[in-house]
Amino acid sequence: MGKYGWSLPVAASSYAGKIDFGIWLIHAAMLGIFVLWGTFFVYLLVKFRARPGHNAVREDHDDTPARISVPDSISKFPFAQMLYKNKGELKSLIPDMVIMTFEVALIVFYAIPVWSSIKASVPEVKDPIRVEIVSEQFGWNIHYAGPDGKLGPRKMELTHFSNPIGLDVAHADSADDVVMGNEMRLPVDRTVVIDLLSKDVIHSFFIPEFRLKQDAVPGLNIPMWVTPTKTGKFEITCAQLCGFAHSLMRGDVHVQTQEEFDAWYKSRLATIPASAQPTNPAEEF
Amino acid sequence: MAHDEHAHGGHELSFMERYVFSVDHKVIGLQYLITSFIFLLVGFALMGLMRWQLAFPGTPIPFFGGLFPSDLAPNGVMSGEFYNSLGAMHGTIMVFLGVVPLAVGAYGNYVLPLQIGAPDMAFPRMNMMSYWTYLPGGILMLASFLMPGGAAQSGWTSYPPLSIINPGQTVWLLSMVILITSSLLGAINFLVTTINMRAPGMSLWRLPVFVWAQFVTSVLLLLAFPPLEAASVLQLMDRVFHTSFYLPKDLVILGQAYAGSGGGQPLLWQHLFWFLAHPEVYVLVLPPMGIVAEIIANNTRKPLHGYKTMVFSMIAIGLMSFMVWAHHMFISGMSASLSNFFLVTTMIISVPSVALMTCLVFSLKGGSIRFNVPMLFALAFIPLFAIGGLTGLPLGLTVTDIYLHDTYYVIGHFHFVVVSGSIIALMGGTYYWFPKWYGRKMNDTLGRIHFWGTTTTMVGIFLPMLFMGLGGASRRLYDPTAQLHNLPVQGWNVVATYSAYLLALFQIPFIYNFFNSMWNGEKTPENPWQATTLEWACPSPPPHGNFEKTPTVYRGPYEYSVPGRKTDFWMQTDKN
Ligand code: HEM
Ligand SMILES: [Cu+2]
Ligand SMILES: [Cu+2]
Repeated sequence: MGKYGWSLPVAASSYAGKIDFGIWLIHAAMLGIFVLWGTFFVYLLVKFRARPGHNAVREDHDDTPARISVPDSISKFPFAQMLYKNKGELKSLIPDMVIMTFEVALIVFYAIPVWSSIKASVPEVKDPIRVEIVSEQFGWNIHYAGPDGKLGPRKMELTHFSNPIGLDVAHADSADDVVMGNEMRLPVDRTVVIDLLSKDVIHSFFIPEFRLKQDAVPGLNIPMWVTPTKTGKFEITCAQLCGFAHSLMRGDVHVQTQEEFDAWYKSRLATIPASAQPTNPAEEF
Repeated sequence: MAHDEHAHGGHELSFMERYVFSVDHKVIGLQYLITSFIFLLVGFALMGLMRWQLAFPGTPIPFFGGLFPSDLAPNGVMSGEFYNSLGAMHGTIMVFLGVVPLAVGAYGNYVLPLQIGAPDMAFPRMNMMSYWTYLPGGILMLASFLMPGGAAQSGWTSYPPLSIINPGQTVWLLSMVILITSSLLGAINFLVTTINMRAPGMSLWRLPVFVWAQFVTSVLLLLAFPPLEAASVLQLMDRVFHTSFYLPKDLVILGQAYAGSGGGQPLLWQHLFWFLAHPEVYVLVLPPMGIVAEIIANNTRKPLHGYKTMVFSMIAIGLMSFMVWAHHMFISGMSASLSNFFLVTTMIISVPSVALMTCLVFSLKGGSIRFNVPMLFALAFIPLFAIGGLTGLPLGLTVTDIYLHDTYYVIGHFHFVVVSGSIIALMGGTYYWFPKWYGRKMNDTLGRIHFWGTTTTMVGIFLPMLFMGLGGASRRLYDPTAQLHNLPVQGWNVVATYSAYLLALFQIPFIYNFFNSMWNGEKTPENPWQATTLEWACPSPPPHGNFEKTPTVYRGPYEYSVPGRKTDFWMQTDKN
């Protein structure tokens, strides 16, 4: 799947590129900082190594008088005085300033806007796929709302191994719903809006290729969304320790064309028990 | 004076009073030293088992496989439950029983009173009590492996509801409460000692950086631990009395409705836990930084660059560390708009951290650098810790953390900070202060073998973890090959495992060197490093009560290479 042992997996969602941009940018900056500092560090070690005839030289210290002249108006401030007293100390704050500027730019132009668009809000799309994912030890239940866009209600007392999410099949909204275990299908280039839930402990829904990760916390209903941009099969994995079989908690997401997806959905719908069939059959998806 | 209270009082100290239930800060410091090194080895051994499973999942553990009960390791192959216990106990032991007691209990206890010219800690009996609370707490933690169902399995973070339904957690919580109590006793003692027991002339701006580091650390411990202690008691009640502080309603556990579920909230634990555990990171890092500063000043033969900048940075880090805890919770389900606040505070805390590192590097400038063994460790700390610090950036940034959170990138990041950073510095501290403890020196050649072996193998363990994390590999997976997306990076697991076993081999010269030098090491004069700080102004090892007469302090801590003097060091106690 185009993956290398030391690099990011292929990017397959609309926002994956934005996340990758940040990861690469920061790593480039990190590498730059590390190489610059490292060079300076090694230079200092070689240049100032102890050897006969070479003595340490003290730099100006807090209690030695200022060497550089500063306009009176500035040096009157107590803090400014502390800084200007020592030229060297001031210089050593330069790396701090540079890094701070870089960080402020990252926060203002990158982190806050991109984060808001991914996590803090779900985009307004005309016709989203609506899905509820109910996680449990050790699997993912994927509950499609179907063409009516309404998720059938769930009741804890209906939970049973044949009905893992306790779907109230008698309810009208459930009529066109489909529930899958560890298998998710999505049409390419369409936004899916997901409610993430858990029945028991904390899990974390993670699809590396989508750069999508979100904890599923019992008692909370956490919204998330994604727009897959590449067809193919990707892995759904659990990123939060959830018990002894945590490493077996996995599923697959198949990203398909709209036609393939519709055909699949219809075939699944036919498997729903008669009691759950709608009185007026739902319209085409 | 405190040392009169517990002075020999006319009777000879018995063996028990002198070496076991001693109230002398130096004996307690060495007790902490040996105990925490042993716990580090235990934690390391647990990790060695995990590393086998991670590199070669499903294959029997060589040599030791048959020793484990068959429910933990059927046919010598580790089970998922056992793996999770090893993970949780490795993390807990390393942090709470290894590094903190070593950094604070051992070095703080031994060195701090000497450096401020005090005869002992302010409350010697409380000091003894804090060690004798730590040791039983630690033994109880280890004993939990013998409980039915085994040790805790929910990670050192113990997130409910998992921690409430998993076995082993009750003992974990009990021993945490005991260990926290021990730390609190120690923290109070350090604060009172630093404030009240300084020798005449030892003003705040004459304190060595190490003392400042311990002081800020103690404040962090004092303020951060009580919330965790309270949180642990609540979790204990959820487990034992079926309250539901952390359990929401309608839980269905493995197909059964869970009786104990009520109106609680799992995220409450995470907030309380990280409110401790983020400052805890600085508890792990500040004392080692203080050690590095001491060693660098001594071996560059010039004053530290920006002493005040360093002190202010440490204070700033201490204050800020209470405002960033939720950067561990960006994708936990906490309100997504709250994240922006923690994003900003996290970036702000990097400013004093960069300032500290800059001061250390600039301190080399103009020096006459001696490359002895302590100095090698102090120097290695700088680039290795820098990797740890830099890799924190993409984790502190909300957007990139979406992908990297809970992957091996996190494991790589904090091990660079804590292992290649803190532990490297703490090892340097051992070589540096060993002559003070025993009046003898550790062997130089063995020290160099230990140094080069340790630093290179560490990089061989933790750098692959960063690559695995970028590939998307999740942490805490018992069998990484069960998840297809981990297969391309599985080779790195093998590299990391072999590096870890090599790292273990390179600790043998250190252990041998330590015990051999204790009795056979080359004898040293009182001030073998020609240092300026007070701990070198008394005999090695210092007698009960430390100084023959209370020292007077005339100047700052790092007066090296003062022009016009015969020697290049001017001790704080030398009048002229
Ligand atoms: C050379 C020494 C060490 C090695 C090779 C090592 C390796 C590891 C490994 C493989 C994991 C497991 C990650 C997983 O569960 O997937 C881990 C977890 C951890 N380690 Fe270490 N470690 C070392 C030392 C330390 C030290 C000194 C500390 C702390 C002071 C520490 C703290 C932790 C923590 C907190 C965890 C997380 C445990 C959890 O998942 O709950 N480690 N380490
Ligand atoms: Cu899981
Ligand atoms: Cu943190």
